[in-house]
Amino acid sequence: MNDFLSMGGYAQYVWPSYALTFVAVIVNIALARRAHAAARAEARRRLSIEGEDR
Amino acid sequence: MNPPPAGRASWATAGRLVLERDLRLAFRRSGQLVQPLAFFAVITLLFPLALTPELARLREVAPGVLWIAALLSSLLALEFLFRDDAHDGTLEQFVLSGQSLTLLLFAKTVAHWMLTGLPLAVMAPVVGVALGVPLQALPGILAALALGTVTLSLVGAIGAGLTLGVKRGGVLLSLLTLPLAVPILVFGARATELAIKGADYAGPMYLLAALAVLGLTLAPLAAAAAVRIGLE
Amino acid sequence: MDWTWFHRLASPPHVYRIAGTLTPWFAWPAGLLIVAALYGGLVLAPPDYQQGDGFRIIYVHAPSAWLSLMIYSTMATAAAIGLIWRMKVAHAAAASCAAVGAWFTVVSLVTGMLWGKPMWGTYWVWDPRLTAQLILLFLYLGYMGLRAGIEDTARADKASAVLAIVGIVNVPIIRFSVEWWNSIHQAPSVMKMDRPSMPADMLVPLLMMLVGFTLYFVAVLLVRLRAEILRRERASSWVREAATA
Repeated sequence: MNDFLSMGGYAQYVWPSYALTFVAVIVNIALARRAHAAARAEARRRLSIEGEDR
Repeated sequence: MNPPPAGRASWATAGRLVLERDLRLAFRRSGQLVQPLAFFAVITLLFPLALTPELARLREVAPGVLWIAALLSSLLALEFLFRDDAHDGTLEQFVLSGQSLTLLLFAKTVAHWMLTGLPLAVMAPVVGVALGVPLQALPGILAALALGTVTLSLVGAIGAGLTLGVKRGGVLLSLLTLPLAVPILVFGARATELAIKGADYAGPMYLLAALAVLGLTLAPLAAAAAVRIGLE
Repeated sequence: MDWTWFHRLASPPHVYRIAGTLTPWFAWPAGLLIVAALYGGLVLAPPDYQQGDGFRIIYVHAPSAWLSLMIYSTMATAAAIGLIWRMKVAHAAAASCAAVGAWFTVVSLVTGMLWGKPMWGTYWVWDPRLTAQLILLFLYLGYMGLRAGIEDTARADKASAVLAIVGIVNVPIIRFSVEWWNSIHQAPSVMKMDRPSMPADMLVPLLMMLVGFTLYFVAVLLVRLRAEILRRERASSWVREAATA
């Protein structure tokens, strides 16, 4: 297991690369979902305002 | 082709008129004409002060200095390529004139090149001497800059059209145009470098010419599309 | 030929619904492929005979570099469709691409630098691939800047579409000029991914990663596209049902 983590001496380059890539993967999922949730919330808010006007 | 209806000029006349108008306007406001050239000279003056007064070392960086200074000076003038004409409604008249907008804007771009690119190319040898460039390299430098700035003006016209609707779009214009100008810079600086070394610089000149041909065929269309969108 | 599918693609509510249905069909295979490729790339693949375990960075660097270019071409294609057929949904798709593309351009740059350090002894070398990626990043930033600079959505759509098309025409020219520049100055290049001799146990995880990342991008794009459509269509009646469902 230690062998695996040390990556033949390249650990300090390999693991940050993987970490950064997977941060980017996760962040982009989160950003997309948040944008969708925000757009839905905004649409709902508009509907409720319309409802009050009536 | 149908003859133009009465009262409308042929396309060649229309293009020539726009070109003449822009040149005349520029000479009337000679400040705009001189400023890019002064800017070019100032930038090149800064390099010896920042690096070294040794001509031998300056000669090595001269191609880069000349091209980057030319790129920036040309960009400086681009911001005003369409701006004034958009404000006072001239561009809208262009659209309504029934003439091809592509052609009229192309004429404006040619005027821009004659007013910035060409003078810069003519001035470059003078500045080049101050950077330790040998005299026999001067024709090569002039040719490379004259050819490269054609493409630069054409690409810049697209950026100027796109940033028409943007308030304070000067920095954005540079951000849009400079990455697209990378090939011009690469080939142009290489041609200049070879000319300074006294080597044959035909290779990069052909590549610069290829870029110019591509720019001449495609860029006016994109610039016209951009201006049309900007005027909406 | 029956063109109804094409016209339906122009209808925002239809695309909104379809995108929602399709998302898991891309997301799950993407997740499975990436996890399998991770195992294949980090555990099963043997160390490279020259670069040891350092070469394993390829399994994140190459997919990011691929995505950065693929997303730019997707963006330009969507922009062109939007401009030619006046299809709002295509513009919304183009708008959804830019940020994701910029993210993965940055990832490819940083992983390239991390790969470069043990190979070149320094984080940055003017390697043609890295240089071209850097210019691509500026193309993305310019696109996003132009979009942000124009307030009216319809105009921002069209102007940025022209820029994306001009950009995609330029990308191969820029790449060529940078390769040409590099060939003159003879900087070293380690990142050759086109090694035909790559053994299968190294190559298969790489291909799985490439496919996995592509599917991942499609899934993210679909979610972003739904958000973008909802944001743009907030005044229309179909949004009522979509927002409350």
